[in-house]
Amino acid sequence: MTEGGRWVGAPVPRKEDEALLTGHARFIDDMEPVPGLRHAALLRSPHAHADIVSVDISNAVSHPGVHGVVTGVDISAATRPIPSAVRVPIDYYPMAVDKVRYAGEPVALVAAEDRYVAEDALELIEVEYRPLPPVMDLDAAMDDDSPLLHEAVGSNVVHHRSFRYGDPETAFAEADRVVRLDWTFPRYSSTPMETYGAVAQFEPAPDRYTIWSNFQGPFILHALMCGALGVPGNRLRLITSPQSGGSFGIKQGMYPYMVLLAAASRLLGVPLKWIEDRLEHLVGSSAASNREDAVEAAFRNDGTLIGLKFLNVVDVGAFIRAPEPASVYRMHSASNGAYRVGNIYVDNRLVTTNRLPIGLNRGYGGPQFFFALERAMDAGARALGIDIAEIRRRNFIPRDSFPYRAPAGAIYDAGDYEAGLDRALELAGYEELRAGRDRARDEGRLFGIGMATAIEPSGSNMAYVTLAQTPEERARAGGRSGGLGTCTISVDPTGSVTVKTVSTPAGQGHATVAAQVAADALGLTPDDIDVVTEVDTLTGAWSLASGNYANRFSSVVIDAIGEAARLVADKVRAVAAEDLEVAAEDVELADGTARVVGVPEKALPFRRVAAKTHWHPAGLPDGMTPGIFETAIVSPPGLGPPDERDRVASAVTFGFICDLAAVEIDRGTGRVEVRKYVSVHDVGNVLNPLIVEGQILGGFAHGVGGALMEEMVYDEEGNPLSGTFADYLCVTAPEMPALTVGHVDTPSPHTALGAKGMGDGCSMLAPTAIANAVADALGREDVDPPFTLNRVWDLVADGGGAG
Amino acid sequence: MLRIKPGTRHRVTVTVNGRRHGGFAEARTLLSDFLRHELKLFGTHVGCEHGVCGACTVNIDGRAVRSCLRFAVQVDGAEIGTVEGLAEGGSLSPLQEAFRRHHALQCGFCTAGILISATQFLETNPDPTEDEVRDMLSGHICRCTGYEGMVRAILDVAGGSS
Amino acid sequence: MKPAPFEYCRADTLDEALELMAEFGSDASALAGGMSLGPMLNMRLARPAAVIDINPVESLAGIAADGGVLETGALCRQVDALASPLIAESVPLLAEALPFVGHFQTRNRGTLGGSVCHADPSAEIPLALVALGGEVVVQRKGRARTIAADDFFDGIFATAREPDELVTALRWPRATAGTGCAFDEIAQRQGDFAIAAVAAAATVDPDGGLSAVSLGLGGIEDRPVLADLSGFVGAPATAETAAGAAALAADRADPIEDPKASAAYRRQLVRVLGARALERAFDRAGAAPC
Repeated sequence: MTEGGRWVGAPVPRKEDEALLTGHARFIDDMEPVPGLRHAALLRSPHAHADIVSVDISNAVSHPGVHGVVTGVDISAATRPIPSAVRVPIDYYPMAVDKVRYAGEPVALVAAEDRYVAEDALELIEVEYRPLPPVMDLDAAMDDDSPLLHEAVGSNVVHHRSFRYGDPETAFAEADRVVRLDWTFPRYSSTPMETYGAVAQFEPAPDRYTIWSNFQGPFILHALMCGALGVPGNRLRLITSPQSGGSFGIKQGMYPYMVLLAAASRLLGVPLKWIEDRLEHLVGSSAASNREDAVEAAFRNDGTLIGLKFLNVVDVGAFIRAPEPASVYRMHSASNGAYRVGNIYVDNRLVTTNRLPIGLNRGYGGPQFFFALERAMDAGARALGIDIAEIRRRNFIPRDSFPYRAPAGAIYDAGDYEAGLDRALELAGYEELRAGRDRARDEGRLFGIGMATAIEPSGSNMAYVTLAQTPEERARAGGRSGGLGTCTISVDPTGSVTVKTVSTPAGQGHATVAAQVAADALGLTPDDIDVVTEVDTLTGAWSLASGNYANRFSSVVIDAIGEAARLVADKVRAVAAEDLEVAAEDVELADGTARVVGVPEKALPFRRVAAKTHWHPAGLPDGMTPGIFETAIVSPPGLGPPDERDRVASAVTFGFICDLAAVEIDRGTGRVEVRKYVSVHDVGNVLNPLIVEGQILGGFAHGVGGALMEEMVYDEEGNPLSGTFADYLCVTAPEMPALTVGHVDTPSPHTALGAKGMGDGCSMLAPTAIANAVADALGREDVDPPFTLNRVWDLVADGGGAG
Repeated sequence: MLRIKPGTRHRVTVTVNGRRHGGFAEARTLLSDFLRHELKLFGTHVGCEHGVCGACTVNIDGRAVRSCLRFAVQVDGAEIGTVEGLAEGGSLSPLQEAFRRHHALQCGFCTAGILISATQFLETNPDPTEDEVRDMLSGHICRCTGYEGMVRAILDVAGGSS
Repeated sequence: MKPAPFEYCRADTLDEALELMAEFGSDASALAGGMSLGPMLNMRLARPAAVIDINPVESLAGIAADGGVLETGALCRQVDALASPLIAESVPLLAEALPFVGHFQTRNRGTLGGSVCHADPSAEIPLALVALGGEVVVQRKGRARTIAADDFFDGIFATAREPDELVTALRWPRATAGTGCAFDEIAQRQGDFAIAAVAAAATVDPDGGLSAVSLGLGGIEDRPVLADLSGFVGAPATAETAAGAAALAADRADPIEDPKASAAYRRQLVRVLGARALERAFDRAGAAPC
């Protein structure tokens, strides 16, 4: 508990931990929810781009232990294509039908008595492919004469929109200095330790599907799955496993596989279980987008940033898979970052290539966006001879300007960016750090300092992805807005409290924080409260935005929990008031009791009062409904649709992050050693400092991995070269630099508890802060992650380090 | 000499966490699958099945090893320790307690293997340096925590026992 | 990701193991620690008809001194080798290389013989064996032979072992007074296979001149190789000599290219790591047997 006697804000140890530590927590592969399961394995394309000439399944079907085989042709007959917000003629089925478009794309499914036999049978399927030229290079993919992934589209550029805010042309014309960086951002993925897994069951009369999985929806994707399977929402029941072994966005990308399994269950007449293996995951799940972008920043000589141009070329992979192109638009309405700049031009081109389709990944669009903006800030500082901290200070949105309407529509709720910067400089010992850099350079060492700041949008407006459509297209499609959060709290006849959220946590401690919030409202302890985070779309309260993404727990869901708890508290107080013979306003819930304010000895046990609503309806106050089963649906403020000038309030809260990195590069080996890393966060009011710190450390690990070693590499033929965990290099304990964390927390006026979302954290900034430090160390701006040994040594050998 | 033809099932008896268990396995059945799907001990998790991630680490005859790189038929008669056996008498071990205290786990999927490794590591090296702890942890992948809480937890327990 | 079907054969004695090797020949894989074979089976990259489990053959697990040679059984676990005072004293290069081999958890099971048999070009144990001029003992039913390490490794995952032969022991020349050695490597992550590994050995005369010097290279070519540094015999054991020798080794190397590293970078690593390792070996040679 905090000193103020509240659970919210205290470092409450997690409710989730004991089951996880003792091996009793249940994950999807531990579950056998229906009898008669068969086990599925997928045959995947070895080619990046090829026509499927024929698929012969006869030997596989007759293999002992095999129940049946399903091909892409079967799936295309049993489902409808999955659409996205980009209206182009792409038929996206979860299994290749007549051609394969990435190495790893599913081509056939075998159902067998166990996974071993299913894999045996995969080897008996004979597929004849006619290889097509692979499309791997983004520039070449945009050429008129490039081979096409989707002939009907007529181009590999499946989406192209430009946006203007303010007057960017004049700003660039009047600038004293324009800095341009052409940059490449690598494709990487958060690779949760638990892979995708699902059990799908089809039942006839009427047709209905139930899918148990570690999916992190339902989100808008439930509706898309219903469309693909041709059933109304009440006949596609999604149930999540009690625990999910990490996600970071990636597990949103499994919904096409859920459609595939559901359809295959129908075709084969048995429930199917599929647990993706790690090799499948690394070629067939999802990844963040790789980019070949350019950024231009227009400065005055005093460092004032007066204009920005973002020229984005995004590799979406083989299909544009919903919710894409959201990754390109998530940051769009905050394209000014933490700065006052009002003149912004954005050009987005989305290109299909023969790579795995992209999707949600930690930081979702943030790492790429801030790479452009914050690399330009450091480069601008160097070009103008201004310190990297000072140039930011001169451009920050002032602390007295909140709420701040950004040029592209975001409404920043609260912040004090300069205080965050000051805290980072203080924690870094910035003056001494700079002096150390000078000394190192005098000794001939390669030492650099880099900085990056971010605003962290949380609690997404469901409408922002419709920026991919023109205002006219949006008008035709009908209105979209909002990002509803839901929660149900019940008190059963024994007087015990259960909180149900639809936030599909994958390790973020939602149960603990939900219990803290409810405990404060009900005068109980978190241990008194049970929290159910399993989703059941048929029996629980949920809405379009429900799920786990975009930091929505502490920016939206938490308010639904608070509201549901308030409804429960009001009812308990009203019941107690009658028994205590006082007014309801005079009753408070505290210490497990309902008691008269100021007269603590006049108290009734919470459990007894609550239980009375079940046991003795006739004894309740007039007009009160019996029982306690309160559902709250909250609609975060201000999340309207995009306006005709493409401005949209894209999120509920906007945190702030200021990262500072110091690196030293070994001239001999190219090894980048992170000597210091400081990260200051504004997460609004902290709900649980233990969990906040854990999220920051975890996001940092993803950012460090992206900066230093993680990359999904393909060769020119489209063969994945990072298809095992020996080749896709997740950062391990010895590589993790020490992280110094600081806080400058400004409460959000947009949430009841003043909290902001905060899960992306340093995953958005570490690649950029480290890149800026590498650029500083080498005295050159053409540095792109990942900063692997060989890549960095090439830069050193190429004359880097002159500065 | 023992020979098990492909496709036949062989009786395997092991002691897991002090209790005798029996089940059937084919020659090719991975120990990780045998523990989970034959003995229904789901606390051991599978993360990569090629020996890199460490999620499936169990203790066999005193040593922490990958259960995805062992065939079930190889462990007939062995003493196996899994995460389910770490809390004795229903109370968390000091290491489990420290993991909780230091927020050393988030999704908890990798945790079982790490606890098994760290427990045996501390038996062989009761007072490790931070570098030694990190080196031991390099045999595991965690995607949630950045490893910091684990390092603190292991050092905390080591400090307490030395 | 499950292995294809195979017959499991458990050998309880060396004779049984050799019997099985004779029966299956190239259709069999001998299973020691399984740290390399296991992933290959799980990925179905290896599809032997039979897996011959030699782990119960206790006679293959020992560590024994035999005059100027230390013999380690093929089944000697890496963790046991790492803990062996005999190895620390007699084969310090191996002792220095072992912490780089995989991880705590894989060294608990992985064997010296298995690593040599697998013949990954960047593996540490084969490099140490080549660098020290060690030998591999292989046996088939009724016959044993000893192969010089330099002749044993034929290329990536390829060795001079015949299909029906079993690697039963490794023979390591014991360190002598006046000789020093050093091991180093670089990888993107701790415990990964090395991008480049070096194993230096040198003997220094009482007057500070080199009477022998060698530099083994791992991860550079398709097998562990020994750079010819005979031209440096007689040179002073100094940092300059170390740098010169490493530079020569780098220039003469014929490095592979892969997604992790270019040939030029691998040469650079030989230069940098080689110079550091040789210098350390010189120091140690001057001090005492290391």
